[in-house]
Amino acid sequence: MYEKDGEKYFVVDGHMHYWNAAPDNWVPGAEQYAKGWIECFHAYQGLGPPETHWSLEHFQKYSEDDLMKDVFEDGHVDVAIFQPTYLKEWYSEGFNTTERNALMGEKHPGKFVYNTRFDPRDGDAGLDELKRNVERFGSKGVKLYTAEWNAGSRGYKLTDPAAYRYLEAAQNLGIKNIHVHKGPTIWPLDKDAFDVSDVDHAATDFPGLNFIVEHVGLPRIEDFCFMATQEPNVYAGLAVVIGGLMHARPRFMAKVMGELLFWVGEDKMIFGSDYAIWEPKWQVEGFVDWEMPAAEEFSDYPRLGIAGKKKILGLNAAKLYDIPVPAEFQLPADAGTPAARDDAQLVD
Amino acid sequence: MTATAVSTTPLLAALGTVRDPELDEPITSLGFVAACTVSPGGDAEVRLRLPTYFCAPNFAYLMVADAYDALTAVPGVRTARVLLEDHFAAEAINGGVAAQAGFAQSFDGEAVGELHDLRGDFLRKAVLAGTDQVCRGLQADGADRERLRTITLGEVPPSGALDRLRQRRAELGLSVGDDALLLVDPATGDPVAAEAVPLHLRRARVTAISLDANGGICRGMLRRRYDIPGEED
Repeated sequence: MYEKDGEKYFVVDGHMHYWNAAPDNWVPGAEQYAKGWIECFHAYQGLGPPETHWSLEHFQKYSEDDLMKDVFEDGHVDVAIFQPTYLKEWYSEGFNTTERNALMGEKHPGKFVYNTRFDPRDGDAGLDELKRNVERFGSKGVKLYTAEWNAGSRGYKLTDPAAYRYLEAAQNLGIKNIHVHKGPTIWPLDKDAFDVSDVDHAATDFPGLNFIVEHVGLPRIEDFCFMATQEPNVYAGLAVVIGGLMHARPRFMAKVMGELLFWVGEDKMIFGSDYAIWEPKWQVEGFVDWEMPAAEEFSDYPRLGIAGKKKILGLNAAKLYDIPVPAEFQLPADAGTPAARDDAQLVD
Repeated sequence: MTATAVSTTPLLAALGTVRDPELDEPITSLGFVAACTVSPGGDAEVRLRLPTYFCAPNFAYLMVADAYDALTAVPGVRTARVLLEDHFAAEAINGGVAAQAGFAQSFDGEAVGELHDLRGDFLRKAVLAGTDQVCRGLQADGADRERLRTITLGEVPPSGALDRLRQRRAELGLSVGDDALLLVDPATGDPVAAEAVPLHLRRARVTAISLDANGGICRGMLRRRYDIPGEED
C-alpha cells in the first residue's frame, strides 16, 4: 500500500514478470533472438529515471529476493499479477512460465495472482495444458502474446478459428480476463501486426470475458481508443504508458492519459509496472503525484482525481480478479464503481 | 586525388524524403541513418539502424526499399546498397531489396502480398494527424466547428503544417486544390457531416498524439540502444 497526504492507495501491479533471460537459458541456434529480446527490454528500462537503471547482467536474471524487495518492500505493491510469456523457441525453459512464477509465488501466500497463457497453435495438447494450469494454479486470467514464434509461424490473431476455440475453452474453465499483448510479427507479415481489430471482434463475440489490451495497444493507441469506446468489456493496461513516458516524455504522458481518460475512462484503466522493465516504486509515487498540466493544450481533457488514481492503481484490477480490498482502501460510496463496464463515455 | 563525382549531400537529401511509415517522419531526422558513403565511381552505401532488434519487419522493409529507390534516383549514383543493421530480419530484407524481389518473395511463405495497402493505411493516419495540426492553428485563431467543416484548403493561412497535409493528401490521391475541403474522410475523400465533426476532430487528435508518443518512445529507445546523447522531451 502507498500513503500520501492522508490518502491510502491499495496497489495491484497488473502486469509484472519473473523471467530468466540469462545466456544459460538461451536456445542453441536462437541465441540472437534471445539476446535481442532482452536487450530490447533493457533499452525500455532506459526510459525510466537513471537511478533505477540496472546492468544488463542483473536485468537478464534477477533473484526472488530482488523481486520481493523491488515490488513489495520498496514498490508499495499489495498484490502482483504475473503475466507469463513463454518464448520457448528462444528460451529453453521459457522466458517466464506459469510454473516458474508459481514456484516462487508459493512461498509468499496472498502476494501473487498466477495468470497463465495459451497459444491457439498448440492444438489439443495446448488445451490440455491450459486445463492443467487453471486447475493447478487457480488462474483467472491469461496473457496472450500474439507475435510469439511457434514452429515456423510468426504469430496469430484472436479471430483465428483456433483462437476462438481456445477462448471458449478458457471461458468454460473459469477464465475471466484475457490480457492481450501485441508484438511486431504476425502471419502474414504484410499485415499490420499491431492492429487491434481482432480484439474488437473477440470482445464482441465473448461478452463474458474481459479483454485487457496491454500497453494500451501502443503503438496503435488511436485504434485502441476508438475500439475501446465501443466495447464495454475492453480495458486499458497501462504498462509502458507510465513506465515509458512519465519520466522520459512527461508531456506526451499527459496527452496519452488525457486521451485514455476521454475515450476509455478511469474505471477501465489498469496499472502495471511491467517489472522488471521498470520498478513499481517510482511509478506508483509519480503517478499519485501526477496532475494534468494546466496549459491550454490539456484544457479539455477530463481531470483525474484521488478516487480515479485509486481505481487505476489497484481497485479496478482487484475487481476484475476478485482480490479482497480492506475497508480502509475502499472508495466512498459516491466515487463510482471500480472496473464498471459502462464507464466509457464520450463527453463533448 | 580524384574528384568525387557525387557528394553525400544529395544522398542525404534523397534519404530525407524517405519516411518511417508508422511515424510519418524522415528517417534522417529520426536518426535511422547510421552511415552514408559514396565511392568516386558513384557506388553509394547506406547503413540504417532502428530503435529495436524487433522493429516490425514490414515497415523496416519499406524504409530499406524506399531508401534504395531514393538513392538510385540521385544523378551520378551508379549502384546503391542499403544495409539494415542489428535487426532480426536484416538478412531477408537486405537481400530482398538488393535483388528487387518484392516483400512477398523476400519473406517467402510468410507474406501473401506486397505492402501497398499497409502504406495506404498509414498515409490515412498521417492525413488525420496532419488535419489535427492544421485545425489546432485555426481553432487558436477562433474558428468554430462549423467553420472547420466548411473551410477550404485555399482559405487556410499558409503554414508548414498545411504544406505537409497537402503532400500527404496528394500521395493518397485525395483532392488538394484550393477549393478542396479541409475536413474529409481520409478513406473516401467525402466531406464530414456536421454531426460527425466533433468525433472526426477527436480521432484526428488522438491519431496525432499516438504518432507523437510513438515517435518519442522510438527516439528514446534508439538513444539507449546506440548511446546517442540528447534531450528527453
